[in-house]
Amino acid sequence: MKNNNKNLSLELLRNYPFVPSLIILAILIILNGIFEPNSISLSSLTGLISTYLALMLLAVAQTYVVMSSDIDLSVGGIISLVNVSIVAFMDHFGGGFYIILLSLILGIIIGILCGLINGFVVAVLRLQAIVATFATSIFFMGLALFIMPVAGTPASDLFWITYFENYFGIPFVIYILIFILFIIYFLHRSSFVTRLLAVGDGFLAAFQGGLDVTKTRVKGFLLCGFFSALSAFCLTGETASGDPLVGAKMTLLSVAAVVLGGGALSGGSASVIGSMIGVLIIGLINSLVFFVGTPSEWQNLIQGLSILIALMIGIYINIKAQS
Amino acid sequence: MNLTKMKDRLNKDKIINPTTIALTLIIILLFLGNNISPGFASPTQIVSLLIVASLLGIISAGQNLVILGGREGIDLSVGGIVSIAAVVAGNVMDGSNAGIIPAVTITLMVGAFIGLVNGLGVTFIRIPPLVMTLGMLGVLQGLLVVVRKGVPSGNAAPFLVHFATKPLFNTLPGILWLWFLITLFLIFLLKHTVYGLRIYAIGTNEKAAKMTAVPVEIIRVSLFVLSGMFSALAGICLLGYSGSSFANVGEQYILPSIIAVVFGGTSLAGGKGGYFGTALGAILLIILQSILITIRIDESGRQMIFGATLLILMIFYGRGKVLRS
Repeated sequence: MKNNNKNLSLELLRNYPFVPSLIILAILIILNGIFEPNSISLSSLTGLISTYLALMLLAVAQTYVVMSSDIDLSVGGIISLVNVSIVAFMDHFGGGFYIILLSLILGIIIGILCGLINGFVVAVLRLQAIVATFATSIFFMGLALFIMPVAGTPASDLFWITYFENYFGIPFVIYILIFILFIIYFLHRSSFVTRLLAVGDGFLAAFQGGLDVTKTRVKGFLLCGFFSALSAFCLTGETASGDPLVGAKMTLLSVAAVVLGGGALSGGSASVIGSMIGVLIIGLINSLVFFVGTPSEWQNLIQGLSILIALMIGIYINIKAQS
Repeated sequence: MNLTKMKDRLNKDKIINPTTIALTLIIILLFLGNNISPGFASPTQIVSLLIVASLLGIISAGQNLVILGGREGIDLSVGGIVSIAAVVAGNVMDGSNAGIIPAVTITLMVGAFIGLVNGLGVTFIRIPPLVMTLGMLGVLQGLLVVVRKGVPSGNAAPFLVHFATKPLFNTLPGILWLWFLITLFLIFLLKHTVYGLRIYAIGTNEKAAKMTAVPVEIIRVSLFVLSGMFSALAGICLLGYSGSSFANVGEQYILPSIIAVVFGGTSLAGGKGGYFGTALGAILLIILQSILITIRIDESGRQMIFGATLLILMIFYGRGKVLRS
């Protein structure tokens, strides 16, 4: 009987690697509720989502490359580049509805192009992802600085007002989230995610199984660029301005979120939903540290320690389950 | 003789090995720099380039060891350790020569302790090194806020400033002698001691090493401890170089320290490479950066050229294998 139980939990974990993070998330929500009862309300939950939506999308972006055992350290650079590009575009042509639409198309094209460059250097030229995408991130950030040397150009009013607007009593960010979940569901239905994971499990095995490894990895980077662009849109809505350095700090957080969500950097096991939960864990840790009344200069340290411990617990459970 | 065979021969004869590539590129860049701005390759200029390179080189020494040890070894916390070390050393010595010895001792111990925690997490809880050291970086950034209490604090002792910037006994600056000794020490350690050979052994094949009774766990932990100590040492030197400690001074070194290792011919997969190449890789990286500063272009153009050049250089080094069934 006990053995049966173990097998069940094992199977659960294999199919849904984000279960431990879901438990951590639940504990954090309860703790937040204990220290600040107001934090368990619909409005504060949508607040949490709206604050961390950009990072959630970036974690999703990172997940698609981690699935195939790559890593993209240039996502922060892509965000900066897309952010300054669309803000400069809106600033130059006036912020009307159609201009905003055009700027969004432009942003997506830029994001996908960045992904294409990354895919080319990592999968086609076969450079090591961690150093090659660092080099491309320097390039992207240089380009962002070229487009907008100093921060502060405001985004079009219509753009950020829409972002913060309520429609039929529901905040706009929730519609974005639903739209994104729809895209993710659609991707999951296709065989593409399975192929990415197969490649991540081992290049040689996937190759011998008849998969085009290079093409699949490039497509992972293209998706990463696409979602990074979407993340940049949310960040632009949130900050309502252009800043060439805005993405720099988000790269490593996106990697941490993927791992917090049960993703393995060695590839073959990562889930988009898990990574989004990972971001919520980071967000709830940050708010919990605030709610328990930590002195301000200690907050960063306690946040850092809690994230490290959460990382350790998640990985420890996954390793235990698999051994 | 077909091309692949020729390539194999050349690799075997070590004509195109990474060290030679790095050395050739360094010489080419020095000539190029001297053409762009005469005096770029003058002795005094080269010494000041080497001082900057030595800081990166010392950090890369630890990075190099961790990477050699394999199992996706990498240390992202080096930047945090450098920053913390500079603040701790500055506060302990507080501008007096008498405080140098206690400051160096305490700072190295702090670095060793952080490395120990990294090593224990990686080895015994089996956290992947990238995740463990990334989490540690976050902790150290928070710790930095606590230690500094928001205000710049800590001054370098006059001797330390002299050590890091001025010639020692009318020869090269002390920091360069230190780097030279570290280089000799690491080359000896890696190629001529049991410990060094065991590092290659666990980096190449951990299981095989374990079966031949190599204490894999202890060695892996020790690599992270050494990395922490090298970063702490670099933090002390950086304090001497800049005179006082300022915020997050170490973060800019994290990824360059990995690139220096790669340019030196050490494989990120572990078990292959050495420190001489890494030292050259650090010099190569610094010369490239300072040439870009010499050309008077915008920061944006400089970054774009730097990023593109790094990519082009990487093509010369360890490209992955072509998949063949």
